[in-house]
Amino acid sequence: MIDWSGYLGLILQGALVTVELTVMGSALALVMAFAAGLGRLSRFAVIRMLATVYIEFFRGTSIFVQLFWAYFVLPFAGITLTPLQAGVLALGLNVGAYGAEVVRGAVRAIGREQHEACVALNLGRYHRMRHVILPQALPLMLPTFGNNAIELLKGTAVVSLISLTDMTFQAQVVRAQTGSTLIPFATILVLYFAMATAISAGVRWLERRAARGLDGVRV
Amino acid sequence: MPSPIIHIDNIIKTYGPLTVLDGLSMSVMPGEKLALIGPSGSGKTTILRILMTLEKINGGHIEIDGEQLYHMQKAGGLVAADERHLQKMREKIGMVFQHFNLFPHKCVRDNITLAPMLTKGIARAAAEARAMELLDMVGMADKAKSMPAQLSGGQKQRVAIARALALSPKIMLFDEVTSALDPELVEEVLNVMRKLAAETDMTMLLVTHEMGFAHDFADRILFFDKGRIVEEGKPDDIFRNPRQERTQTFLRKVIAAGHRV
Ligand SMILES: Nc1ncnc2c1ncn2[C@@H]1O[C@H](COP(=O)(O)OP(=O)(O)OP(=O)(O)O)[C@@H](O)[C@H]1O
Ligand SMILES: [Mg+2]
Repeated sequence: MIDWSGYLGLILQGALVTVELTVMGSALALVMAFAAGLGRLSRFAVIRMLATVYIEFFRGTSIFVQLFWAYFVLPFAGITLTPLQAGVLALGLNVGAYGAEVVRGAVRAIGREQHEACVALNLGRYHRMRHVILPQALPLMLPTFGNNAIELLKGTAVVSLISLTDMTFQAQVVRAQTGSTLIPFATILVLYFAMATAISAGVRWLERRAARGLDGVRV
Repeated sequence: MPSPIIHIDNIIKTYGPLTVLDGLSMSVMPGEKLALIGPSGSGKTTILRILMTLEKINGGHIEIDGEQLYHMQKAGGLVAADERHLQKMREKIGMVFQHFNLFPHKCVRDNITLAPMLTKGIARAAAEARAMELLDMVGMADKAKSMPAQLSGGQKQRVAIARALALSPKIMLFDEVTSALDPELVEEVLNVMRKLAAETDMTMLLVTHEMGFAHDFADRILFFDKGRIVEEGKPDDIFRNPRQERTQTFLRKVIAAGHRV
């Protein structure tokens, strides 16, 4: 008889790593999405170009290659990262590039008349963005940001390739040690699904809040 | 004689191959109430948008309150204005739009307090007190906490007027502020504007197709056609005895279309 509780503990440890990767990767992705998305709308050509290069590069190469670069190639440039750091970096930069297009699209979806009202009220560029455009653009970004976060969660499994002990890695360990495929992989299937569901619910909650701010009955 | 608060000198405005304003000149005196009328496409909106710095000009000069709008002094010469100069000049001017352009994510009161707090550094309490005064003036005090989506068009426009007034501009621009409204809501907005004209010494430029209102409101009427001032004068002269053929044709048309004079 196999003692499953020990092996399940192993998988739960892996689940913790997966959550950590998802949270930190999403945080980095969010920062990059806004930096590059707003960068593409900058009035300075250099900033627009930098943002475009970043977005096209990270969307145009695979997360797998990016991860290997972060972990195995950067050390040659004198930058040595832990597997967790390399994983967060690759995931965050990769998903951030997709998010940047979401930010740009949402900001551009806010009508010209809102910008003109800001000019007529003499709001400067920063105030315009911060207080008028972004608060209206944010609700438009949320659904796609939710999708991106789930993509990122699913993408975390690639880090097992640089021997980071995430949920998928641990499932493989358990499989190797017990010979059972069904139980470890059924377990992580359920866990991944639960995490994705949690992300969806969180984003839906945020959407509801944002919508209420826009046309609801705020007192 | 006081000097004009707005002096437009020979401005040119083109959109691609289309020349909308071709060497237009005009002056407005402080406190004057001016109505710009004329057929569609004659350039009325364009003039207001240029004064609000929403459009660039292709030639000419504009002086507001003794200072160049699109130019500034630098190293002894006149150069194109930078954003800082434009921001300084915009303090003198406010605009009310045809489609209100309220901020949909902010309640009525916050629509009004946002700019004074951010651009003039006015404390929240003072800005809110002022907002309530203005809302009271436009008859919207009871809707201070409503969101714009909960208001009728006429109510939105009255809020938009209060919002522009909150920055205390010397010049107010009104671009067909009632033409997006249902007919029964027009009067409540016009009433607010009558009150404004009577109670303040602000300079007001009004683009309108409401000929009756233009007649009562304005000290002077400018009739535009094809980017030029065809005729100008006191409301009674323009409406009762238009001298130019084109003015007569235009007025006949609008009267036939059911606008009262
Ligand atoms: N952004 C633009 N691009 C190209 N042409 C434009 C633009 N804005 C205005 N025009 C043109 O400039 C001319 C003047 O337009 P303007 O809006 O000033 O007219 P108007 O007198 O306000 O007319 P209306 O009474 O219909 O509002 C028109 O021929 C219009 O088609
Ligand atoms: Mg117009």
